Amino acid sequence: MQRIGVFVCHCGTNIAATVDVKKVAEMALHEPGVVHAEDYAYMCSEAGQELIHKAIKEKHLTGLVVCSCSPRMHETTFRNAAEKAGLNPYMVEIANIREHCSWIHKDIEEATEKAVILMRAAIAKVNLDAPLKPGESHVTKRALVIGGGIAGIQTALDIAEAGYPVDIVEKTPSIGGRMSQLDKTFPTLDCSSCILTPKMGEVNAHPNINIYTYSEVESVSGFVGDFTVEIRRKARSVDMDKCTGCGVCQDKCPSKKTPSEFNRGLGTRSAIYTPFAQAVPNVPVIDRDACIKFKTGKCGICSKVCLAGAIDYDQTDEIVTEKYGAIVVATGFDMIKLDKYDEYAYSQSKDVITSLELERIMNAAGPTGGHLERLSDGKAPKEIVFIQCVGSRCADDRGKSYCSKVCCMYTAKHAMLIRDKYPDVNVTVFYIDVRTPGKNFDEFYRRAVEEYGVNYIKGQVGKVIPQPDGKLLVQGADLLDNKQILKEADMVVLAAAIEPNPDVRKIATMLTASIDTNNFLTEAHAKLRPVESPTAGIFLSGVCQGPKDIPETVSQAGAAAVKAIGLLAKDKLLTNPCTAQSDELLCNGCSQCANVCPYGAITYENKEVNDHGIREIRRLAVVNDALCQGCGACTVTCPSGAMDLQGFSNRQILAEVDAICR
Amino acid sequence: MSIEKNEEFRPKIVAFCCNWCSYAGADLAGSSRMTYSADVKIIRVPCSCRVNPMFILRAFERGADGVIMCGCHPGDCHYTSGNYYARRRMTLLFSMLDYIGVESGRTRVEWVSAAEGAKFSETMHEFVDKITSLGKNVRLEDLRCRNL
Amino acid sequence: MKTEQKRAEMIKEISGVNPLKCMKCGKCSASCPSYNEMDIKPHQFVSYVINEDIESLAESKSLWKCLSCFACVERCPRDVKPGKLIDAARQIVVRERGRNYLLADEIPELVDPDTPQQLLVSALRRYRR
Repeated sequence: MQRIGVFVCHCGTNIAATVDVKKVAEMALHEPGVVHAEDYAYMCSEAGQELIHKAIKEKHLTGLVVCSCSPRMHETTFRNAAEKAGLNPYMVEIANIREHCSWIHKDIEEATEKAVILMRAAIAKVNLDAPLKPGESHVTKRALVIGGGIAGIQTALDIAEAGYPVDIVEKTPSIGGRMSQLDKTFPTLDCSSCILTPKMGEVNAHPNINIYTYSEVESVSGFVGDFTVEIRRKARSVDMDKCTGCGVCQDKCPSKKTPSEFNRGLGTRSAIYTPFAQAVPNVPVIDRDACIKFKTGKCGICSKVCLAGAIDYDQTDEIVTEKYGAIVVATGFDMIKLDKYDEYAYSQSKDVITSLELERIMNAAGPTGGHLERLSDGKAPKEIVFIQCVGSRCADDRGKSYCSKVCCMYTAKHAMLIRDKYPDVNVTVFYIDVRTPGKNFDEFYRRAVEEYGVNYIKGQVGKVIPQPDGKLLVQGADLLDNKQILKEADMVVLAAAIEPNPDVRKIATMLTASIDTNNFLTEAHAKLRPVESPTAGIFLSGVCQGPKDIPETVSQAGAAAVKAIGLLAKDKLLTNPCTAQSDELLCNGCSQCANVCPYGAITYENKEVNDHGIREIRRLAVVNDALCQGCGACTVTCPSGAMDLQGFSNRQILAEVDAICR
Repeated sequence: MSIEKNEEFRPKIVAFCCNWCSYAGADLAGSSRMTYSADVKIIRVPCSCRVNPMFILRAFERGADGVIMCGCHPGDCHYTSGNYYARRRMTLLFSMLDYIGVESGRTRVEWVSAAEGAKFSETMHEFVDKITSLGKNVRLEDLRCRNL
Repeated sequence: MKTEQKRAEMIKEISGVNPLKCMKCGKCSASCPSYNEMDIKPHQFVSYVINEDIESLAESKSLWKCLSCFACVERCPRDVKPGKLIDAARQIVVRERGRNYLLADEIPELVDPDTPQQLLVSALRRYRR
């Protein structure tokens, strides 16, 4: 029989306000095996843990039940406390009477009754607990970063600087990401490429960093400390070792009509191309869908002009398999598609553009050479209207429910830059709220209004109507003046919502990392573990976790790197001891458990067993503790009931069911 | 059955929640103060695939009025494929339970992610309403244990 | 319950709209074709319902100037649909007046030739019962 101690936490008033904690503690003493029960204001505090320590020593407790917050919060705290007092940490069970009780119920009697039942279930479980000992697993001292934008670049650099090898997998032909497409950055108006390209160069030259561009993650297996990843290196059709990056092939390529992805489709590129001049690596890629040689078999000009002989039409996709200890996701974002916002005439007029398209137009390397002009007729605009929150903060299925966070600031930046370079252009911004929380952000926005004379109107635009003369009639509301406004504009810029890169869902599935309904990866704890995924060994960097600007992305990238380094610095990891175990006398060697095991942790051995005096050799399932992650799929599959999961055994769960239904 | 009886009726509901998604979703519902009935009691399991049909039968045997199982969304299972096994097992079990007289409304499978606190609370509301309208369940019994 | 509170509740019930979802973006007023004819503007409907000032809505010109074109319903990013609110307010006013519906024969004389046809159609759709 166990000697169980029950500790009921008040959590200040978080629990005590709706649950009668004294009564819960008192009721505990009526339960079988309970020899000690007490309540305290903050069980997780030093003093609370001291109470636990004292009770374990004095009453010779063999099991603990702590009625407190979620086990996802403080299970480890109490397990450590138990271990310090000489108790096996797995003899501790938590009854979640905060998140699952006091916070959601208002009636004291009802909440107390439920708390008692939850406590009973935990006591029933701890009665059947057995001491467990975690095993050890090794750590592969190498990190993978998925995504080569500023988030991935920063994370990779920080990990590499700490002395660990890092691989970056980037889908496009060059690293750089969205930031390389930007012209200037707020709130200091640095030129984006001026601050990004040195980092790209650093990544390229770093002895600890290996870049796989034009590559995608194909599959991921394993677990924290020991992931095995297959990377598909798509056929570049150019030999990376031979190419000198002279660019002659791109100049001579006769197929030049493909819309440039880098310029958001506003300009064209050749079939053999690097996305932009400062691309890293500076090795082009042949777009086989556009290449005349691949389409018709005739051409081959690039091969003829290449003095290095780097063109290789026969290249095929290659799968690289590599082992990693930690994986950082830095897959970034894209703008949402605007086909559901027809009222803004985005698809009808070339002069209605998104902000990212404006970035390209304002960039000296962009399709207009940095000259602000209308895409329809090349004329200089005199009247520009910016529309905020296009697809952000939407309750319907047309847009996104969240605030995209960066639009207010980049619109102020665009407005300011335009007024600075072209003082005769009128700039009007229709906004719902101007949100500028950040260092020097509000000052920046105020400068746009006060020094640059940008006209901010509180109100949304209802409709943009293209006129026969090429103008755009903007119908909006001015809520402060209570007027409807009709304004003729030459150009309309839409602050379209940002969304996580659509590929991230596929990657999250491979990593078994949680993802929310907006396709943002979920963090392990919203406040205290913001750069870790709940899946051990997976870290989050940049917009894949939530909208953020460049400074925030860089900070988070650094934080993710630190977390990854912390993992890689360890020589051994303790494994979860809640693994499956097979009862040799019950196992009939049917192989069903091995079939459902996602980790290949179950093998079969011929073993001698002593079954009630009969000795014989039987084929038996054996679980590899280092591989087993403790999901329990095998336990339910086993037809003879031989498989059981330590820490969540059949008897324990049944005891919980019984306690709840009592 | 009279309506008065139904008003006093407090159903016993057991919810099995997987540690990675639904239990976290229930925690989120709690920390966001999204209320639901105290009749729901949650049992934490590592994965929905750990839920043995035996546990559900036992709950009904011990007088539960409804059992709900929550797991990660298909494709998002922390253990890659556990919820697929759970889905298949529960489909079979629930149809069998319906056959032996436990109405299909008393059993439910719902996918709730760690970010869906609101969905968790809504689901529990709906489920409790459903069970309350169905009334007290017929207790499953092991006939061999009956004194004949 | 006070009458105004009751009327506000009824508007919410008839329209199925939760006015608290409004984030005051003004896209409804920006979309409204009869904005200039209205004394209470579409984006203000919401606050009148929240503040339970239904009398002012009932007395307003806007009540009868709304064309029920549903541009605001279509474009509202928050699913608030001011057009439905005003429709519900109209419904309440009509109900309170009792069953003093027009006969079909009386309509042609009353119709102003400038009245948009859409208003007639929506009126007939709404009040055909």
